[in-house]
Amino acid sequence: MKTNRLGHWIAILIGTLYFVVPLAATFEFSLRKLRGVYSFEAYRVVLADPQFQSSFTFSVGLAVVTIIFGMAIIVPMAYFVELRLRKLRPFVEFVTLLPLVVPAIVIVFGYLRLYNSSSILPLTNSTLSTNFLLTCGYVTLALPYMYRSIETGLRAIDVRTLTEAAESLGASSGTIIWRIILPNIRSAMLSGSFLTFAIVIGEFTFASLLNRPAFGPYLQLIGANRAYEPAALACMAFMITWACMGIIQVISRNAVAAHP
Amino acid sequence: MASNASSASLPRPRVPWAVVGVTPFMLFALLFLILPTLFLVVGAFQDNDGGFTLANLGKLWTPTILASYWISIKVSVASAVIGAAIGAFIAYAAVSGGLPRWIRPTIMTFSGVASQFAGVPLAFAFLATLGRQGLVTLFLSSVFGLNIYAQGFNLLSFWGLTLTYLYFQIPLMVLIVTPAIEGLRKEWREAATILGASNWQYWRHIAGPVLLPSFLGAALLLFANAFGAIATAYALTGSSLNIVTILLYAQIRGDVLHDQNLGYAIAFGMIVITGLSNLCYILLRVRSERWLK
Amino acid sequence: MSFIEISHLRKSFGPNTVVHDFSLSIEKGEFISFLGPSGCGKTTILRMIAGFETATSGSLHVGGVEMTNLPPAKRNVGMVFQAYALFPNLTVAGNIGFGLKIAGKERGEIDARVAELLELIKLPDLGDRYPYQLSGGQQQRVALARALAIKPQVLLLDEPLSALDAKIRVSLREEIRALQRELGITTVFVTHDQEEALSISDRIVVMNQGRADQVGTPSEIYNNPATRFVASFVGTLNLFEARVVDPVAGRVSIDGQPVVTARDISAYGIADGATVALRPEALSLGGGDGDRNVLTGTVEEVSFLGAVIRVRVKLREARVSLDIFNDPALDLPKVGMPAAVSFKKDDLLIIDRD
Repeated sequence: MKTNRLGHWIAILIGTLYFVVPLAATFEFSLRKLRGVYSFEAYRVVLADPQFQSSFTFSVGLAVVTIIFGMAIIVPMAYFVELRLRKLRPFVEFVTLLPLVVPAIVIVFGYLRLYNSSSILPLTNSTLSTNFLLTCGYVTLALPYMYRSIETGLRAIDVRTLTEAAESLGASSGTIIWRIILPNIRSAMLSGSFLTFAIVIGEFTFASLLNRPAFGPYLQLIGANRAYEPAALACMAFMITWACMGIIQVISRNAVAAHP
Repeated sequence: MASNASSASLPRPRVPWAVVGVTPFMLFALLFLILPTLFLVVGAFQDNDGGFTLANLGKLWTPTILASYWISIKVSVASAVIGAAIGAFIAYAAVSGGLPRWIRPTIMTFSGVASQFAGVPLAFAFLATLGRQGLVTLFLSSVFGLNIYAQGFNLLSFWGLTLTYLYFQIPLMVLIVTPAIEGLRKEWREAATILGASNWQYWRHIAGPVLLPSFLGAALLLFANAFGAIATAYALTGSSLNIVTILLYAQIRGDVLHDQNLGYAIAFGMIVITGLSNLCYILLRVRSERWLK
Repeated sequence: MSFIEISHLRKSFGPNTVVHDFSLSIEKGEFISFLGPSGCGKTTILRMIAGFETATSGSLHVGGVEMTNLPPAKRNVGMVFQAYALFPNLTVAGNIGFGLKIAGKERGEIDARVAELLELIKLPDLGDRYPYQLSGGQQQRVALARALAIKPQVLLLDEPLSALDAKIRVSLREEIRALQRELGITTVFVTHDQEEALSISDRIVVMNQGRADQVGTPSEIYNNPATRFVASFVGTLNLFEARVVDPVAGRVSIDGQPVVTARDISAYGIADGATVALRPEALSLGGGDGDRNVLTGTVEEVSFLGAVIRVRVKLREARVSLDIFNDPALDLPKVGMPAAVSFKKDDLLIIDRD
């Protein structure tokens, strides 16, 4: 028993080291910009860079639009599949797992061929429609995670009974979704949203191949040309990921506390 | 007349809300997921005039392309196998008790973060750690006098990339496999023990076989995860390590090849590989869920 | 020395003592039940016999051999768990033969023993099935066969029926008892279900907060409960705080009405309080002959329970429930009617301890 526990401690310790050391190293590296002293100079340079500001703002905006658009098509679908169209479930499961099967780079390759300027639906022709295409790409990327969390949320409440109770009181379908279902799966939606945010904010492949000035390609560009700034950016990216995941934890813990 | 009268007396047709609610998603899935994929798959079997051909797939059998598939598979297999083994052990240590209570939720939260910490920033982090000027590199050479680069280590190589991928593979494994390990019932161990089994025999005959489908399934998922990744490798190595995603990236960018249908074939090959591994994953999961019900 | 000797067993988890100074002798071939609510320590004692818990102090002997600190694998006991403890990756035959395989028995010997046990649990054709293909009752029978396969010296049953449907529960407990008689195996059975314990056991240990309140045959436990806890846990009971009128003649007063008990209350003083109890089925409506005690009151409620009808009669302050057998020819008492309730002097139980 004692030796057993020692082995567990060693496993945890090695795991922790493996994850903490690169973070510590990155942080230390990001402070080295000025010769001989530790400073936040790299951060100052990055934050003052107009390209940083514009690309970061662009990606944040994109993430928000992705979340809204994704929720708008996934929530009604998941609700009706759970309520009336159970037969569709295997198909939906398949579609929502597809983005894990088909690599992002393959999907974007398909976009470029299917929606290029000489096709029937030339989405890459204007900036606005390319942004739309990028958003769609991000929704596909986030699809497995968004659907999974919403589905879990819907399963946790008894959708059928809630709906029938509301219908017997004379509520319409729209009212039911908006007033009954959404408030009940709020925490599931929030979790899915923050996960989506973490995925989208630094995404590289889609943005780079669709030629949009997003944060991911900016990171790559800095990485290729600067020495210390990338480390500062990595620390900031890590903070963002950490914040998103932390918020998800808090949300789901509160949800558990609310529905024991 | 008669039909008019009867249709007027029918109740107003109800709006089929369910269909209305599902349609946008179906349309989206068709346009932005299924069609683009199908387009590439079909294109892989077409020549420039749209006729059926296997020539594109044949062209995959060139040394450069085969080599890039091979290095991708090697990195993915290595990071999946090592990640799965270490991840499973950490998950077991966290779940099986004996450690303070706060350890488990902390590891789960941390795994959630680390499994999503991929892409370009991860490459930066490893450059700052194990690059030529990285903290660990400098630490090893100043404290132990060990110059890992002189010993043949290179972050921009197979092992370097594998080591970097492990940063998200291990926590991903922890997240995936924890429910399966939690599914091991205490009674199984007790029943085995009281029937005379040693700890090793319990693992050999019961716990090992019960966990095997979950373990293999998770490893396959890790494999697909690494196989489709590009951002980390691209930011880390540029195009010095020619994994297949980077090859395809360059092909799309028009840097090399200039053969559209060959691009489709490369993409098709990737779909086949990740598709197969996911199919095996699903089959294995069905099996383990039946057991752990 | 008895076959199983438990002496002064104590178990503490940190500051909590869950078993206090527990001693018990179990004869070879006996079927003994530990009955009590959850948290009373019954499962802990079973797990100490199995070896999953080590006693804080005290000792345990089986067949004359000390096994207080022997690891579970060395004890040669069989155990059936609450539910779902079959190995999911092995077939029914694989499960039953597991202990023999671990013991290094030959293939042919294992197969023969497995076939024999499948026959015994009446599932001769299910050897190739996997546990998830079986019903709950079948799973528990396989679990029983798995425990018996190694020919254990003791069989431990940890609430093996509690996860099953009511009907299967009854039929399986009868099967378990028949099997136990046939094999003559010493069996310890843990349950919180008094009906189960009463119907199946040679002796029952009623557990309360880590102590044995009473050890006895089912009829002793039911008819002569030693404590208020045993009386209320086993069966339904009318409890009264009575006053002793004449300890020598056995006269007491219940709610102001005089009654006589045939039991010995000479240890009490005049005007002492005493807890007395009446089983609902020992009471009947109507005055009866002069040898019976009579209490009078009014009918407060009549509930139809199927085979019996439960009538509640309000005395002055106290209430008493009685069961009468259902008979269509019977005139049911009406609520509000005056009623007399009578019972034999023997049936007035005196609860000595709390």
